[in-house]
Amino acid sequence: MSNLFDLLVAGLATGAIYALVAVGFTLLWQTSQTINFAQGEFVMLPAFLMLAAMQVGAPFWLAIILGILLSMILLGLAFKLLLVDPMMRHGVLPLAIATMALAIGIKEAVKQFFSAEASPFPSIVPTGEVAILGHAVSLQSIGVLVVAILAVLGLTTLLNRTSLGHQMQAAAQNPTVARIIGVPVERMILLTFLINAFLVALASLLITPIYLAKFSSGEVLGQAAFIAAIVGGFNQVRGAIAGGLLIGVLDNLAAAYVSTQYRAAVPMMFLIAVILFRPQGLLGRAEERTV
Amino acid sequence: MKSTLVVGALLTVMTATGAFGQAIKLANVAELSGGGATVGTNWKNGIDLAIEEINAKGGVLGRKLEVSHADSQSNPGVARAQVQKALDAEPYVLLGPGYSGSVKVTAPLAAEAGIAQIMGGEAAELTQAGNKFLFRTSFGQQSSMPKVAKYIHDEMKAKTVAVVWVNNDFGRGGRDVIVKELDRLGSKVVADLSTEAGQADFAADVGKIKAANPDAVFVYLNEEESARILKELKRQGVTAPLMGETTLIGQKVIELAGDAANGARGHVGLTTDAPVDLVKAFREKFSKKYNYVPDHNGLKGYLAVYMVKATTEKMGKVDPKKFADTLHGLTIKAADEPGILMDVTFSDTGDIDRQSFLVEVVEGKQVVKQVLPKVK
Repeated sequence: MSNLFDLLVAGLATGAIYALVAVGFTLLWQTSQTINFAQGEFVMLPAFLMLAAMQVGAPFWLAIILGILLSMILLGLAFKLLLVDPMMRHGVLPLAIATMALAIGIKEAVKQFFSAEASPFPSIVPTGEVAILGHAVSLQSIGVLVVAILAVLGLTTLLNRTSLGHQMQAAAQNPTVARIIGVPVERMILLTFLINAFLVALASLLITPIYLAKFSSGEVLGQAAFIAAIVGGFNQVRGAIAGGLLIGVLDNLAAAYVSTQYRAAVPMMFLIAVILFRPQGLLGRAEERTV
Repeated sequence: MKSTLVVGALLTVMTATGAFGQAIKLANVAELSGGGATVGTNWKNGIDLAIEEINAKGGVLGRKLEVSHADSQSNPGVARAQVQKALDAEPYVLLGPGYSGSVKVTAPLAAEAGIAQIMGGEAAELTQAGNKFLFRTSFGQQSSMPKVAKYIHDEMKAKTVAVVWVNNDFGRGGRDVIVKELDRLGSKVVADLSTEAGQADFAADVGKIKAANPDAVFVYLNEEESARILKELKRQGVTAPLMGETTLIGQKVIELAGDAANGARGHVGLTTDAPVDLVKAFREKFSKKYNYVPDHNGLKGYLAVYMVKATTEKMGKVDPKKFADTLHGLTIKAADEPGILMDVTFSDTGDIDRQSFLVEVVEGKQVVKQVLPKVK
């Protein structure tokens, strides 16, 4: 039983990171119909930006700030202006394929400028453990969960409780009407791109100490987040959160109780089941758009 | 008049070479460029250093050693072509390559030519194909794993062991030997965990180790995965002692895993940090000549040449046909041949038995804690 508890905690911690990435995924889809297949690489890159900042002498805290800012410029602003905007008018599919190309480009660039080998990455949470319900739980897992939950809470508050959030909702649900009533739709879309960039940078900061900084580490993450978003409901932020946590736990339980070889297959099979029996996702609603 | 002069000059040259006796020709094919450049360059420098020493002391049976170096570009295909070319020149012994993959494709060529090949590869399968001409310079898994098992059972006093391995040829090869050996010694394998190459998340695997609560954990993964699991083991607070091979306690792993690597132990076949006087002397000579500290591949190249010397002196003649037969089953003692650095015995399959070292990571540094004796 203690094993199950440990697995649940570890799964929730990983799942919380998946959730952050999946939320960004759904945000982009909601506001701009962008299916970002480079989302995994978006998580991989900020860690390297932070490492680069540290290499030129910045302390860790400054490197984190610089990394997040740079991510928002590169993965938010530049991504939207240079790739999404020009490709958008050609439809969803060409844009999706363009993001696949971007994924390859980012991976190769990191390999070129850093190296194909993994690099260590410092953790923002100290190692150690605390006792919860008689179980030793690592501070790192708790730290990851807390940061991810805070980020998600902050995001939902922004979306549901503020005027800005309501404008974003409006821009996502019906851009034409939103425009008529005076919502700056373009700016709202840009804002979701910046939020996505912030979320992936945060995810990068949390996951890289565990996975190590490596050019290929985005592959697994991007896939997991994609599955999480679909399973949870592609058109719901809360769906993405639930999907992320579920996939994280499922992945860990599969690795423990099925086999390591099939751990990647179990979430996939779950995905197929969801698509067959509940295509709108567990928490999604058919034919509706909201952030 | 002119032609007489030329003939005279030729005659002089011929007599001059004759005075040294005909040189013994060795051929080296190694990873001098590409991904394995560090491996091949160390190996080559080790060879050159040994030949220089031997020739300075009058050569082997009064004849000088000569070596030709060819570059495999760390590519098995190129290695095969280069070995074929080298064999066409009928060398006494073939040295290299260092990569197991390159050895695998070149070994049949040397065997067909009937020329002994002394190489750097460590994959278990290399010496299991019945090749009568292939010799190792370092441990294969079938030699190192029994030592590791013995250490886990005798020194760590582990009655229960968790074995974590990477699901590829390398990992499966090591896992099969250690599980068998642990079983033979009476240590129970309570968790037998296969992991995937490139795996990022080890939470579930470590969860299983924790649940099995073993006395010791044997970790047999590649460097990056070793670092990840070390971190996860620390994260989940697993306190059982960790044992592995060179891949668990290598410099790269220490760099990646940081604090989490401290306390991990590993079995190392050859290291220039070995507390052996002859190895220390080698390290000093090598560093003086090349201005850097060699890794174990430098040692391997050096040993390969001294294997040639000792075997030839044992035969009392330079006979490429009998070379392999003589080296099989041969024990070379460092007291008789200091260049071999440590006593070594070659099996009928070309595997070696030699003392080795138990290294522990202490505050981010490798420290040799113990010398593990020869198995036989």
